[in-house]
Amino acid sequence: MSFLEHLPVLIVIVPLMAAPICVLLDRPRLAWLVALIAAFSSLFCAIALLSQVLDGSVISYELGGWAAPWGIEYRIDLLGAFVLLIVSAMAAAVLDFAKASVEHEIPTDRIARFYAAFLLALAGLLGIVATGDAFNVFVFLEISSLASYALISMGRDRRALNAAFQYLVMGTIGATFILIGIGFLYMMTGTLNMQDLAERLPAVADTNTVRAGFAFLTVGIGLKLAMFPLHLWLPNAYAYAPSIVSAFLAATATKVALYVMLRFMLGIFGVDFSLHEMPFAWILMVLGVLGILSGSLVAIYQDNVKRMLAYSSVAQIGYMVLGIAIATTAGVTAAVLHMFNHALMKGALFLALGAVVYRLGSVRLNDLSGLGWHMPWTMAAVVVGGLSLIGVPPTVGFISKWYLVIAVLEHGWWPLALVVLIGSVLALIYVWRVLEVAYLRPRPASAPPVSEAPLSMLIPVWLLVIANIYFGIATHLSVGSAERAAALLMGTAPMGGAQ
Amino acid sequence: MLIAIASIKLRDLFAVVMLFGIYSFMTATLFMDLDAVDVAFTEAAVGAGVTTVLMLSSLRLTTRWEKIPRHSPLLPLLVVGITGAALVYGTLDAPMLGDAQAPVHQHVAPRYIEQGPVEVGMPNMVTAVLASYRGYDTFGETVVIFTAGLAVLLLLGIQENPDTKPGRTAIGDQLVLRVLVKILIPLILLYALYVQFHGDYGAGGGFQAGVIFATGFVLYDLVFGDGNARLVMPPRWLHRLAALGVLIYGGVGVISLLGGKAFLDYSVLSHDPVHGQHLGVLLVELGVGITVFSIILAIFFAFSGRSRIR
Repeated sequence: MSFLEHLPVLIVIVPLMAAPICVLLDRPRLAWLVALIAAFSSLFCAIALLSQVLDGSVISYELGGWAAPWGIEYRIDLLGAFVLLIVSAMAAAVLDFAKASVEHEIPTDRIARFYAAFLLALAGLLGIVATGDAFNVFVFLEISSLASYALISMGRDRRALNAAFQYLVMGTIGATFILIGIGFLYMMTGTLNMQDLAERLPAVADTNTVRAGFAFLTVGIGLKLAMFPLHLWLPNAYAYAPSIVSAFLAATATKVALYVMLRFMLGIFGVDFSLHEMPFAWILMVLGVLGILSGSLVAIYQDNVKRMLAYSSVAQIGYMVLGIAIATTAGVTAAVLHMFNHALMKGALFLALGAVVYRLGSVRLNDLSGLGWHMPWTMAAVVVGGLSLIGVPPTVGFISKWYLVIAVLEHGWWPLALVVLIGSVLALIYVWRVLEVAYLRPRPASAPPVSEAPLSMLIPVWLLVIANIYFGIATHLSVGSAERAAALLMGTAPMGGAQ
Repeated sequence: MLIAIASIKLRDLFAVVMLFGIYSFMTATLFMDLDAVDVAFTEAAVGAGVTTVLMLSSLRLTTRWEKIPRHSPLLPLLVVGITGAALVYGTLDAPMLGDAQAPVHQHVAPRYIEQGPVEVGMPNMVTAVLASYRGYDTFGETVVIFTAGLAVLLLLGIQENPDTKPGRTAIGDQLVLRVLVKILIPLILLYALYVQFHGDYGAGGGFQAGVIFATGFVLYDLVFGDGNARLVMPPRWLHRLAALGVLIYGGVGVISLLGGKAFLDYSVLSHDPVHGQHLGVLLVELGVGITVFSIILAIFFAFSGRSRIR
């Protein structure tokens, strides 16, 4: 086998093996360097994989040399490669930013282990996406979750511990539910391979066991996804985690959970069973709308800007869920597209806030007074990110909402289009609150002087900001991939065979 | 069932920990009854054994009595009730236990049973499935344990205090215990090694062996004092050992890659594929054992090294 054929497994095991190496090295700088190299290797693999599957083909990789369904299979199609690209690109961007920020926020003797945990979280997320085996999803879910709990608890605020514990309890319940769901499916089909499950399930679909498995999987993934009303762990976790952890998790973790939902519901159970036989689409639609409205409303009343963005994430998840609930190819396209675009927005915004924390030590709204004039580049990044969040052209936020509204109107469901519009207005209000404080209020004379963030932070932030605009104009890659991935999932495109 | 209810009602946490231990042991016997020897073994070693010690040592840091919760138990009770009902609903249609026609026994399993001894070449098919057919899952599980240990070390770290100086014990000088434990420890360690290397043939493997090996050290620590145990196994080496265990497992996979086969394909390790399988399983089980041992001991040290909050 040539090197290129190993890409599906290399993308996961490079960060996975780099983690124990970080622990062995136990030097902060070296650990950062190892993490950076590992993340960029994964990014390289992701780009190479995406270019291989763009034509709709599927890459299959037999781990341990055992053919599926006896062994474990890695299976990468267009949707998977697209999500792999999101996750690894965000990891690379965040790690570029990380060095100064982590030295500032984490005790020196723990930095190497911190990077090890970061790499494990990354490897876990990539593993969930790459695998074609239902139980393997659970194993890598545990890796990424445990690592995320540890990362969140490293926040300087004491409340980070509580937030991490809350997330641990909710996340463990979610993981257990997913495991029970997979167990029920195994009981009825005798297989764990996703492809095999999809073939064998229709014969036994009309049983209580499969229906119960479906329900357990929905709730379990919903918890991980922070789908309204299962989102209660998310705001505190994102608000009190270290800056780079907030940025990384906000940009990737919920996207991967959404991917798992798409994979299980549409890929394994099938479009007919999930969206037509079960009342799944209606439940998702109600929850999505409630998520958009409540998340945006609560965000307006937040004093802590990171917490505000966290509630905004709950609303953004609502948009993605709504996209799936529309149950058409156009709807799923909008959901997948928003995964990509939302990662860009939240990545840019949370990293910019990380720069603010680095200089100011706080992200409370009142402390930001006049910051627009003292940290012009950082706050300008917040402005563009905020515009993207609202959905102003030519940012990616506009593209997401455009496709969502088109999908909604295809059905003539104009009240849903109204919900999207209201969500944008609410986003305008909470983004405006930040900008008003930062630009229109003078910095109090008693406040200590602040200067612009170092260049090593500004470059990754602005790379993401530029990406926000670039992919708002040149939509070929994001929209093209999302459309084809959605068509493959919904079965409206000819399926490519395994290579 | 009775034990579970009792442990919810009780407010004496010491008794709850004991009940948990009993509960795990009952579960282990239940697994035994279902002919799942390896699972029973793990449950007994981890659930009834080490978990009890770890919970007790964290109990030492807090208090024995649980606070009366302020919130109403109605909502959680409702959630639990619905979950339980869903579980029962799900099993209504499920194949009967032990039904030979059930899908679980018809699809994937026959190859494991019929071809396993030939392809992988070991009598214990549980080990064959765990370490070879689904070896990548086991690699993942090893990383899960490593991650858990890393999380504890990130949060607590292993501290030094007057109690961890050599020669001090928490329970004082107990002559009878010392003599008994001195006899027991070599047997425990020897048994752990047997479980480690005999996993191909009988129940056992790296997970159980690592736990039992760590138990020996924990016992030594309890009777001869934290300081003495730390002289035998310095804490600063533990997280490195754990990392090494993961690297051994992953390293086998990398060798397969370099040999031009898929990740964790053990057949490259030797000219004879079956012999290669054998060697591969032995090596990865060693990696598992080392990681599990060092993580459990590290977690124990992390708790035992903290002075009690009064």
